[in-house]
Amino acid sequence: MTAAPALDSAIAPPQGGRWAIEAVDIDKWFGPVHANRDVTLRVAKGSIHGIVGENGAGKSTLMNILYGYHPADRGEIRIDGKTADIRRPSDALALGVGMVHQHFMLVENFSVLENVLLGAEGGALLAEGRGKARAELERLGRDYGLEVDPDAVVEDLPVGIQQRVEILKALYRGAETLILDEPTGVLTPQEADKLFHFLRVLRDQGKTVILITHKLREIMDVTDRVTVMRRGAVVADLLTQNTSKEELAELMVGRKVRLGGDKAPANPGAVVLEVQDLHVNDEQGKPRVRGVSFNVRGGEIVGIAGVSGNGQTELLEALGGIRPAASGRIALKGSEVSTRRPGLTARILRRLGLGHVPEDRHRMGLVAGFAAYENAILGHQDEKQYHRGWLLDRARMVDYCGEWMDAYDVRPGNPLLEALSFSGGNQQKLVVAREMEHTPDLLLVGQPTRGVDIGAIEFIHKRLIAMRDAGKAVLVVSVELDEIMTLSDRILVMFDGRIVGEVSPETATERQLGLMMAGIAEAA
Amino acid sequence: MTSGGVGKAPAWVDLALVPLVNLVAALIVSGIVVAAVGQSPLQALEVLVTGSFGYGEAIGYTLYYTTNFIFTGLAVAVAFHAGLFNIGGEGQAYIGGLGVGIACLALGGILPFPLIFLVAIAMGAAFGAGWAYIPGWLQAKRGSHVVITTIMFNFIAAALMTYIMVYVLIVPGQQSPESRGFDPSTFLPTAKQMLGWIGIEIAASPLNLSFLVALVAAAAVWVFIWYTHLGYELRVVGKSERAAVYSGISPDRHIILAMAISGGLAGLVGLNEIMGVQHRLLLNFTGGVGFVGIAVALMGRSHPFGICLAALLFGALYQGGSELAFSMPQLSKEMVVVIQGLVILFCGALEHMFRPRLERLFAKPLPAKA
Repeated sequence: MTAAPALDSAIAPPQGGRWAIEAVDIDKWFGPVHANRDVTLRVAKGSIHGIVGENGAGKSTLMNILYGYHPADRGEIRIDGKTADIRRPSDALALGVGMVHQHFMLVENFSVLENVLLGAEGGALLAEGRGKARAELERLGRDYGLEVDPDAVVEDLPVGIQQRVEILKALYRGAETLILDEPTGVLTPQEADKLFHFLRVLRDQGKTVILITHKLREIMDVTDRVTVMRRGAVVADLLTQNTSKEELAELMVGRKVRLGGDKAPANPGAVVLEVQDLHVNDEQGKPRVRGVSFNVRGGEIVGIAGVSGNGQTELLEALGGIRPAASGRIALKGSEVSTRRPGLTARILRRLGLGHVPEDRHRMGLVAGFAAYENAILGHQDEKQYHRGWLLDRARMVDYCGEWMDAYDVRPGNPLLEALSFSGGNQQKLVVAREMEHTPDLLLVGQPTRGVDIGAIEFIHKRLIAMRDAGKAVLVVSVELDEIMTLSDRILVMFDGRIVGEVSPETATERQLGLMMAGIAEAA
Repeated sequence: MTSGGVGKAPAWVDLALVPLVNLVAALIVSGIVVAAVGQSPLQALEVLVTGSFGYGEAIGYTLYYTTNFIFTGLAVAVAFHAGLFNIGGEGQAYIGGLGVGIACLALGGILPFPLIFLVAIAMGAAFGAGWAYIPGWLQAKRGSHVVITTIMFNFIAAALMTYIMVYVLIVPGQQSPESRGFDPSTFLPTAKQMLGWIGIEIAASPLNLSFLVALVAAAAVWVFIWYTHLGYELRVVGKSERAAVYSGISPDRHIILAMAISGGLAGLVGLNEIMGVQHRLLLNFTGGVGFVGIAVALMGRSHPFGICLAALLFGALYQGGSELAFSMPQLSKEMVVVIQGLVILFCGALEHMFRPRLERLFAKPLPAKA
C-alpha cells in the first residue's frame, strides 16, 4: 500500500459553484464480486472530471449506475443537488445526463440527422421533428464548434466524426453532463486533440464532462480533477494540476510502476520473417493490405503503428496463417509458406517456429468454456509432450499450465478454472505464456495490452523485451502509440493498407507519427 | 476486483439436481394431464415404474430401448461437441441398418459369427457415416446448414429405403416389402442366451449383445472427446471456429469428420434392431429413435455418462409407456406420447428454466485473488 492520498480535497466544495453530479456511498455487488464499495464521486458543474483505474476497478460499473443500466445496492445519486431516482437510461437523459459509449451506438446506414432524431422523433410524422432537429443541429454546431453535415450517411464518416455525432445525439437530448467512456481508443492523436478541444469548449459553455480513460496522458492534458479507483473503491480524488502521471499510476496499481522502462540497444541478427508485396482482402473481398513488404530480424522488435482498421488486423492474420493472402510472399526462416489454406497454414507456421498472441484473445487466443490448462496447449495439441501414447496426458497439461501461471504471474493460479473467468490482464498473460513457452523464433503480437491493466502491461512489455534479448524476432501491432514507442526498435506506420514509412523510436515524435497514421505525412 | 469471478455451482447440481428437478416437474405436469382425463396420476406412475423396472422382462425391454437411445444420443452429442446440430440421426440409423442388413444377407452362413459381427458393425457405421458425410461436406464446403440438410436427408433416407425394399431386396412373390430372413448364424445372442451360458436364468426379451456394444461406444466416445487431440480439436471447432483456425485446425475437415462419426454411431442402431431383433430388413424399423436421441443428448449434457442415464430414462418411458397404454386403456397411446413429450419438453427445451436459479442457489464464490 502507498501512503494515503489527499482524500480530503474531495470534500471541499467547488469554487463558488455547485455539484453537477454526486454519487454518495454507492455500493454494488455482482454475485460474489464487490464491484463498487462505498464509492463517493462528486463532479463540479462546468468541469472536466477524469476517472482512471485498472480494468475491473469499478469505473464502468459506477458510470452504468449513473446512467441507469444497473441499480445500486446502496447509496444515493444527486443531480444538481436533488436526489435522483435513476432506473433506466431514459431517466438519466431526462435529468440531463448523456453517455457516449466506447462502441458507438449509431445506425450505420442512417444519415447524421436520422441518427440524432432516433428515439426523439417528437411525433408520428417525421417532417416536423426533422426540421426542428436540423435547426438544432446547426445551433449546436455553431455554439460548440461541432459542425457535421446532417445529411451525410454515418458509415461514410471517419471515426472521429462518428464520435462527434454521438456527442451531438446526447446534446440534442438536452444533456448537461456528458459521460465519455474511453473515447480515444479509436482515434489518432490528432483526432483525440480535436476531441479534447470540443470538451474544453463544452466545459467553458457550462457543461460538465466525465471522462473515463486508462490513458494517463489524457487525464493530465484535459481534466480539471481526477478520481482514481482501485478494486471497486475510490482511492484518491485530486486536482489534476497537483498530481503527476507517476503518482496516478502508482495510485491505480497500488505500488510503484515503471512505465516505459529502459532496454538495451537491439542487436539484430539474421532475417527471420520476410514479407514481400503482400496483398490481403477481407471477407467481402475488399483489399485491406495492399502491397506490404518488410523484414523482421532476430533480436529486434518491429512495431506496426496505425489507427485501428488500416489493415493491421488483416496483415497479422495473414502472417499467422489465419487468413489467406491474395498475393505476395511470406517466408519464415527462409521457408516460403503458402497461405491458401487457413488453419493448415497456421499449423505449418507453428511447426516452423511461429508464436502468435492474437488481437482478439476472446474469440481466437482462448477458447471460451475451456479450462486454463486446456487453453494452455491450444495450437500445440498434437505435440508429443502432451501425450502419453495415444491419449492426452491431462495431468501433465495441468502441471505445465500451473508452472506457466507461476512464471507469468497469472492470478488466480489455478489451471482448472475456466479461462474466461480470469480478468483481461490475466487472460492475456496466459496467452503470452503459452506462446512464449513454446519457444518460437518469431512472435507476432497483436494489441499486446488491449484491455490489460497497468501492472500486467509492465510485465508483458518486460517479457517481450526479454524475448528480443534472447535473439528472437518480435512483431508488435498496436494502436497505442506509447506502447509502440516504448517497445519497438523500428516502427513501421500503416495507413490504408500500405506501409507509409519507417521511423526510429529515438527520433520520431508522436506528432509526426500521428500525421503519418492519418496518411498526411511521409517519413521524415 | 477482489473475487476471481462469478462462482460456479458444484458439478452435482449441474449433472444430477437440475435433470432431477426437470424430471419431477415433467411428472407433475403429466400427473395433472392424467388427472384431467379422470385417471389417478399415482396409479399411472406406479404402472409406469413397474412396467419398466418391475420384473425381468420389463427390464429387458427397457434396456433394449435404451440401447437405441445410447447410440443416437451419442451421435447427437459428438456432432454437438463440434458445434453441429445433427437432426439426421433417424436417417443415418435407417441407412446404417441397411448396411448391417446387407452384411447379414451377404455373409450369413458363409462366415463364422464373430467375423459377421465385426463386418456388420463396420458396415452399419460406414453406411451411417456415409449418410452423414454428405450434409457434413455440404456444411463445410458450401455452407448449407446441417440442420436443414440432415432433416432433408431423413426424408431422402426414407424414400431410398422404400425404393430398395420394394424393388431390390423384397422377397420375390411377396406382398410385404421385407427382405428374406437372415441366416441364424448372424443373429446377435440375446441377453437370455448370453447369461444362460454362465448359468443365469432371466426372462426372455429382445435385449441382446448390442447393448454391450452401446456401452463400449459410450466409453469410446468419452475417451475420444476428452482424451485425444482430435477430440480436443473437435471441441475447439465447436466452441470457436476462429480459435480453431488460429490454432492450426482446418474447421472444414473437422466438421466433416464430426458428422461422419456422428452418423456412424447412429448407424449402429441397426445392430440392435436388424441383427438383434428383426433378423431381416424391413421398413421403418427406426421408429423415431434418431429424434429421441436429440432429447437424450440434451438431457445427458452431451456427456456419454449422462447420455447412458438419459437413454435409460427414455427407455423406461418407452417401455413403461406401452405398459401404461395396455393396462390403463383410458390413457390412450396418444396420452402416453403426451407424457413422453412433456419429459422431452422439460428436460430438453425448457432445460434452462430451473437451471439458473438452482445454480445461483448453490453457487459458491471463488476464492479471492491475492
